[in-house]
Amino acid sequence: MSTVPTPAVDGDDDDAPFAPPRLRWLRKHPTLVTGALLLVLIALASLAAPWLATHDPQDLDPLARMQPPSAEHWFGTDALGRDVYSRAVWGGRISLVVGLSVAVLATLVGTLIGLVAGFVRGADAWIMRIMDGLMAIPGILLAIALMAVTRASLTTVIVAITVPEVPRVARLVRSLALTLREQLFVEAAHAVGTRLPTILLRHVLPNTVAPLVVQATFVAAAAVLAEAVLSFLGVGVPPQVPSWGNMMAEGRNFVAVAFHVILYPGLLLAATVLAINLLGDGLRDALDPRLARQL
Amino acid sequence: MGYLLRRLAATLPVMAVVAVVVFLLIHLSPGDPAALIAGDLATADDIARLRVALGLDQPLWRQFGLWLGRLASGDLGTSIFTQVPVRELLAQRIEPTLSIAVLTMALTVAVAVPLGTLAAWRAGSWIDRAVMLFAVLAFSVPVFLVGYLLIFAFAVHWPWFPVQGYTRIADDPAAWLRGLVLPCINLALVYIALITRMTRATVLEVLHEDYIRTARAKGLGVLPVLGHALRNAAVPIATTVGVGIALLIGGVVVTETVFAIPGVGRLVVESVQRHDYPVIQSVLLISAAVYVLINLLIDLSYRLFDPRIVY
Repeated sequence: MSTVPTPAVDGDDDDAPFAPPRLRWLRKHPTLVTGALLLVLIALASLAAPWLATHDPQDLDPLARMQPPSAEHWFGTDALGRDVYSRAVWGGRISLVVGLSVAVLATLVGTLIGLVAGFVRGADAWIMRIMDGLMAIPGILLAIALMAVTRASLTTVIVAITVPEVPRVARLVRSLALTLREQLFVEAAHAVGTRLPTILLRHVLPNTVAPLVVQATFVAAAAVLAEAVLSFLGVGVPPQVPSWGNMMAEGRNFVAVAFHVILYPGLLLAATVLAINLLGDGLRDALDPRLARQL
Repeated sequence: MGYLLRRLAATLPVMAVVAVVVFLLIHLSPGDPAALIAGDLATADDIARLRVALGLDQPLWRQFGLWLGRLASGDLGTSIFTQVPVRELLAQRIEPTLSIAVLTMALTVAVAVPLGTLAAWRAGSWIDRAVMLFAVLAFSVPVFLVGYLLIFAFAVHWPWFPVQGYTRIADDPAAWLRGLVLPCINLALVYIALITRMTRATVLEVLHEDYIRTARAKGLGVLPVLGHALRNAAVPIATTVGVGIALLIGGVVVTETVFAIPGVGRLVVESVQRHDYPVIQSVLLISAAVYVLINLLIDLSYRLFDPRIVY
């Protein structure tokens, strides 16, 4: 980096000229680093749940119901006398699995649909009308309705949350594909007789990765919240599963006497979603400054 | 006029897709829809009777045709659980939901647009950082957690507002408003975060335009300059308000549950537990129609903000 004082465009260009390049990049994106660190911490804690938990998450103790936090029960106990801390540690797994699965599924399906819409003339109008229709139904309502026609399980929850997210990804990919289609390198590949699947795989897809990764993080954040909302409304994963949403749903009737039952899972959930959102914001600024304007 | 017709026509395929999705919903389930509706305690006889009563023994396309025909004449079907026409059921529940939605919307625009403009004007300052921090936090904390915190603080600890419940506006307008303060603040937070971010981003962009620099150079005060900027940023902001309606409708379901308000949102959740599909279908259909209609109106209002737009 030059030592001549140049007017910094973004204001954060060269504040650490002597740091190694990689570290400097990290320092330039504090949001990304904060989000990633927080998320890794939460993921590690969830993976280590068997060792971190102080009690069996399903163990009932009728004599110690709705106890406030203490040395024995760090986050107190719930209405059935179960240890809130241990359940909360295990519950993180459900949220993370849902977030990750929905992000991956919605991105895969949405990308496929978006690419077809962007490259197959004739299919575009039809596909996008269907996507518009799906987007007109508020996502949470669609997920609730889908849960109403299936038996509650982790898989159905993941599918129910994925369906409303697919059109958003498809729309993004389609708009990227429409721009890329007109690019010289795609036209050139087409002109030398490269087949469409190869063009899509080798020339188009790599150019959609950055915005897709950003979009996927926001889908993951929305999915973690949606899982909690579905459970809270009583239409999420089966009640015996210790998910943060279920814990809060069970605590709903005892808010006045045992607020801690809702508070701790709620705070953990908020921290997780915040971590993913920060990661997404950071990635967006780092990978694609043009996207930064579009929320 | 031509634009209006074309824009109206464009909503038809969208609503057609919504209708197909909503209709197919109960046929998507892996099992027999009649058995699903009848519930776990039904006998084989019950299921068979229900299948005939609901027309589920007819071919699919014929069921769809009959259903569409009834919709066209304004018949949303009959609730399986309460045996009351869905239209009546919705009419009983619409007032609280509409009250929350309208007040939340007003509150959101009143708070978010000035807040976003302020953040853009003071971009990079601590005000801007605080606003952006609030926005990312509001996106991350579950609506119901905030709801209970609000109840805890402003209804239990300081008993300024009722804990839960709803008073009809005709019974007591003052109590109606008091009861809606906490639910609306609760629901508005996410929406405020969304609109504030969008306002900040678009106003910030407009503030870099040449005409803004000219306006400032000729000595125009801060407020008129921001007024210019806001007017030019109005179209994207209005678009976000429209798209955010989906968020609002989804949020109403949660807020009504937290504050025990007997609105359409509660009705949906109750109907899911009762396997009352005609009600669920109707609510889905109507919310989608509301979403499409509001976005249509917003599209048509662009000209008010920006006279350069000619249809």
